[in-house]
Amino acid sequence: MEAFLSNIDRVVDGFSWTVRLTLVSALLSFVLGILLTAMRASPVPLLRGLATSYVEGVRNTPLTLVLLFCGLGLNSALGLSMADSVAMDVFWWAVIGLSAYTACFVSESLRAGINTIPLGQVEAARSLGLTFTQNLRLIVIPQALRTVVGPLGSVLIALTKNTTVASVAGLGVQEASREMKLMFDQGIAPVLPTFVGFAIGFLILTLPTGYFFGWLSKRVAVVR
Amino acid sequence: MTSTPLVVLENVNKHFGDLHVLRDINLTVNSGEVVVVIGPSGSGKSTLCRTINRLETIDSGTITLDGQPLPAEGRGLAKLRSDVGMVFQSFNLFAHKTVLQNVTLGPTKVLRQGKAEAEKRGMELLDRVQIGDQAHKYPAQLSGGQQQRVAIARALAMNPKVILFDEPTSALDPEMVQEVLDVMTDLAREGMTMVVVTHEMGFARRAANRVIFMADGQIVEENTPDEFFTNPRSERAQDFLSKILTH
Ligand SMILES: Nc1ncnc2c1ncn2[C@@H]1O[C@H](COP(=O)(O)OP(=O)(O)OP(=O)(O)O)[C@@H](O)[C@H]1O
Ligand SMILES: [Mg+2]
Repeated sequence: MEAFLSNIDRVVDGFSWTVRLTLVSALLSFVLGILLTAMRASPVPLLRGLATSYVEGVRNTPLTLVLLFCGLGLNSALGLSMADSVAMDVFWWAVIGLSAYTACFVSESLRAGINTIPLGQVEAARSLGLTFTQNLRLIVIPQALRTVVGPLGSVLIALTKNTTVASVAGLGVQEASREMKLMFDQGIAPVLPTFVGFAIGFLILTLPTGYFFGWLSKRVAVVR
Repeated sequence: MTSTPLVVLENVNKHFGDLHVLRDINLTVNSGEVVVVIGPSGSGKSTLCRTINRLETIDSGTITLDGQPLPAEGRGLAKLRSDVGMVFQSFNLFAHKTVLQNVTLGPTKVLRQGKAEAEKRGMELLDRVQIGDQAHKYPAQLSGGQQQRVAIARALAMNPKVILFDEPTSALDPEMVQEVLDVMTDLAREGMTMVVVTHEMGFARRAANRVIFMADGQIVEENTPDEFFTNPRSERAQDFLSKILTH
């Protein structure tokens, strides 16, 4: 345990990258998820088709493949670059891969949320004279978002854990599990306490996230 | 009573796929008139109501409101809908808004009234349906009868030319039916133009000027409430009345 604690700054540094990876990807996948949901709800068949194929395709692909595609395919093979330094380049490719994947789950949650809104309320709003966009903005989306707070929390927790895939899937991005593996490789940390230490580190991130979203979803819940 | 035609349906037809739900409907509702629509399940009563504010489109015929044909879409349609109030069987209050917000949403967002003005009038309307003390509660905290009275206030807040009621008391526990019918009866007395789908004969006798009996998408019979309930002419109506009277 002492050996683990003496390397605590490396552990903290690893987790700080996990947090950065998670937050940036969460933001991007939320925006992308809303966009996909809007496309899937739109009256234009082409937009609907595109968004649905994307979600169904990417959601059912293993994350490892998605990240390998970003790292080995787009970054290495095609030579596309996102930043000057190698570290930041792989960071952004990991963000793109994680967001492309997570956006599908955000979109699925939002769509489920929209489906919980009784059609009668939409008709009532329409019969008051609200336009299509007013109806979405004032009646549908506010209620849909409230019902998906819990599910979105689960998506965020899954994303936090999924960041660990980014370092094994060809992208040598800095994050907690990679730091752990490096510590093993350099033989500076005893295996068991280090494992436990890192596992606790992830719990410290995910448990409060779960509690927070659980609390928030109760707070904003629409009583029916 | 003046008899200027307010809602006029001429040769209206409507299909759902192969099902011919409205067959050559001709109906005129005059300003200030209360028309009760009655008929067996599936006869097209709800569909009839819903075509009047274009929640359903029609296949042929014309519908006019105050002499103007119903606009097909856009701002014009939204304006039309704000002139036609609708009260649903299942209340359909906005679950994430308070009672008062439910009533002020239309006036502020559609009629562009100021918040203070809309709230003042909203409170007046809530008081009128005797629910002013619940203004800051959410719909789920109210009984069915209370929710339906809020829905009526919500419709009134738009100053509609006509209000459509689609079985407003069918989803209510028996002890709450009367409080809603009382509000509707008052509205009728005050001269509100109303089209009411209901099987409440007491209300029809008290408040309606005319009863329309529908079956299989057609208007089969049209008469004063007293005549209709005591002397139904068509066999379909006699059959139907004997059924609802015995249970
Ligand atoms: N959206 C729809 N799609 C297909 N068929 C429909 C739709 N809405 C109604 N119908 C059918 O049209 C017919 C008329 O329905 P409508 O709801 O107008 O009847 P109703 O007289 O209001 O009946 P109820 O007393 O049960 O409310 C019914 O056979 C119904 O199944
Ligand atoms: Mg009906």
